[in-house]
Amino acid sequence: MNERLEQRQSILVADQVSKTLGHQLVLKDVNLAVRMGECFGIIGPNGSGKSTLIKLLSGADTPDSGWITFRSQQLSAYSKKQLARSIAVLQQEALPPIGFTVREVVEMGRYPYQNWLGEEQTDVEPIISGILSELDLTQLSSRPIERLSGGERQRVALAKAAAQQPELLMLDEPTTYLDIGYQQQMMEYIRRWQGRNGMTVIAVLHDLNLAALYCDRIMVLHQGRVVETGTPGEVLSADLLEQVYGVRPTIVKHPSHGVPQILLQGSMEPVRRIERTEGAG
Amino acid sequence: MRKKLLLWGGAGVVLLFLSIVLSLSIGSARIPIGDVWSIIWHALTDWMTGAGEDAATSPNEQIIMQVRFPRVVLAILVGAALSIAGAGFQGVLRNPLADPYTLGVASGSALGAAFMISFGIHYILLSQWTIPLAAFCTGLISLMIVIRLASINGKFRTETMILAGVVVQAFFGAIVSLLIALSDSLMNGIVFWLMGSLQLRGWPHVLLLTPYVLAGGIVMLSLARTLNLFALGERTAMHLGVNVERTKKTVLIIGTLISAAAVSVSGTIGFVGLVTPHLMRLLVGPDYRLVLPLSALYGGIYVLWADTIARVILRIELPLGVVTAFLGAPFFAWLLIRHKRKGEEAR
Repeated sequence: MNERLEQRQSILVADQVSKTLGHQLVLKDVNLAVRMGECFGIIGPNGSGKSTLIKLLSGADTPDSGWITFRSQQLSAYSKKQLARSIAVLQQEALPPIGFTVREVVEMGRYPYQNWLGEEQTDVEPIISGILSELDLTQLSSRPIERLSGGERQRVALAKAAAQQPELLMLDEPTTYLDIGYQQQMMEYIRRWQGRNGMTVIAVLHDLNLAALYCDRIMVLHQGRVVETGTPGEVLSADLLEQVYGVRPTIVKHPSHGVPQILLQGSMEPVRRIERTEGAG
Repeated sequence: MRKKLLLWGGAGVVLLFLSIVLSLSIGSARIPIGDVWSIIWHALTDWMTGAGEDAATSPNEQIIMQVRFPRVVLAILVGAALSIAGAGFQGVLRNPLADPYTLGVASGSALGAAFMISFGIHYILLSQWTIPLAAFCTGLISLMIVIRLASINGKFRTETMILAGVVVQAFFGAIVSLLIALSDSLMNGIVFWLMGSLQLRGWPHVLLLTPYVLAGGIVMLSLARTLNLFALGERTAMHLGVNVERTKKTVLIIGTLISAAAVSVSGTIGFVGLVTPHLMRLLVGPDYRLVLPLSALYGGIYVLWADTIARVILRIELPLGVVTAFLGAPFFAWLLIRHKRKGEEAR
């Protein structure tokens, strides 16, 4: 699989990208090349610059120095609408509690294709219904967002991203507030979608095990610099993780997929209870 | 969506029509409804056939066509203007309590207009367009001050916005008071105008306000779909292809322009721009493609009734701003309480 991927051309390239926020250097000389059709994971501890990097890669912010090119063209050369037709972004907190219904929000994903009257050339109806049923949202389609659970809201946000019909999907820690059931469901949806139309995915993930399971390649970010890029097997070593996260975990092989999985060591010393001396007070 | 628009829009149009006829019939000079109808019918046919001016006009016809009718139209226009502006401000700032009054736009505009009136230069520079333009400039300045004061790291909190609005209102109000104190001969006129009034307004004022409301309303309506996306958050809207900064600027400037035009003919009328969009949201949901046009319609009806009450309920003429405040302030308080509760639940 990886050999095939290596021959593919890059869809998104960052070249010596640096960014300063306030007085703090958040990203320093970041280089990356995301290949067409792969799932590219970005991991790193809190404050390593992951979210800033996603902001730059998605065009929400501009780098202080360096270049970002999408399909061999400067990101800044695209208009906001052009960009929204090619790149969809799923954020950490998906949707605010609003009164719009599920269907209305999913239809908002068509905005970049509409003219100023809100019309577009293709018939949207089948696209929207297809996405709704694919993500098991048909039943909820007329329910307002404010009456959905966190997991359902995140699914609606994913459906909205799907309505944009992007070539590149960016995920900024999309599973942070979800339980493991919804986490896996979410990643499975994305993988299935990827398998169908060869979409490229860039995912900032907090959960290393999830990253190992679903990403073709992983980039490790530490204090704004790229430490390592490679397959999960190459990158997720105890040494590297200790260097970046400051704790040494145990690495085991996933019993059915063979990818590395991370177990925390913990000291497991029994908690020593402080005996209360009676009559002291 | 179409169905809702037809339903509530149709109901609104009927209500507006009934309100116009009723309001035209009520007043200090008692004119029977039948006469009102025949006068309107007469005026309408005259106007259609091109006849008119030379025909002898009865006193009743004078009262209806030259006093009450322009006032009714003006009330509708002012209500529509403030409601469109309020809905736009609320959408683009994602703040349920934003309106021309709370954002300081109204008091800012009032300052510009009062300045022109008190120095008697309101017809010199650009004839009748001078006051609205002066009001627009000062209204925009006060809006920018409020936004600058209220935003913390680019975020815009409800509480800070209201505080900033109070500060700007107090300051600009003080300048207006100073102007009034310095020009004692005009005092009563400016004071009454400041409290909001449509007394002694005629067709020229209607002609003055119409282009602002029409043009501004059309621009605002064309942005309704984009305003919907703002509800998802600015960054999400941007990732969906919205040019966030440009939309924000356009809506704020257009909103200020419409409010300033309304303020320059009617003085400061509070709570209209706040109450109407909220009532519409309760009726038809959050979609701005419905909220904007319906706010304009029902905002017009609201101010028309407020003005009718203002001129008939007591023997003297009440300030219009007083009536809208009596109706609107309790609603504002209710919104604030609800907003507070929601905030607590979210925590």
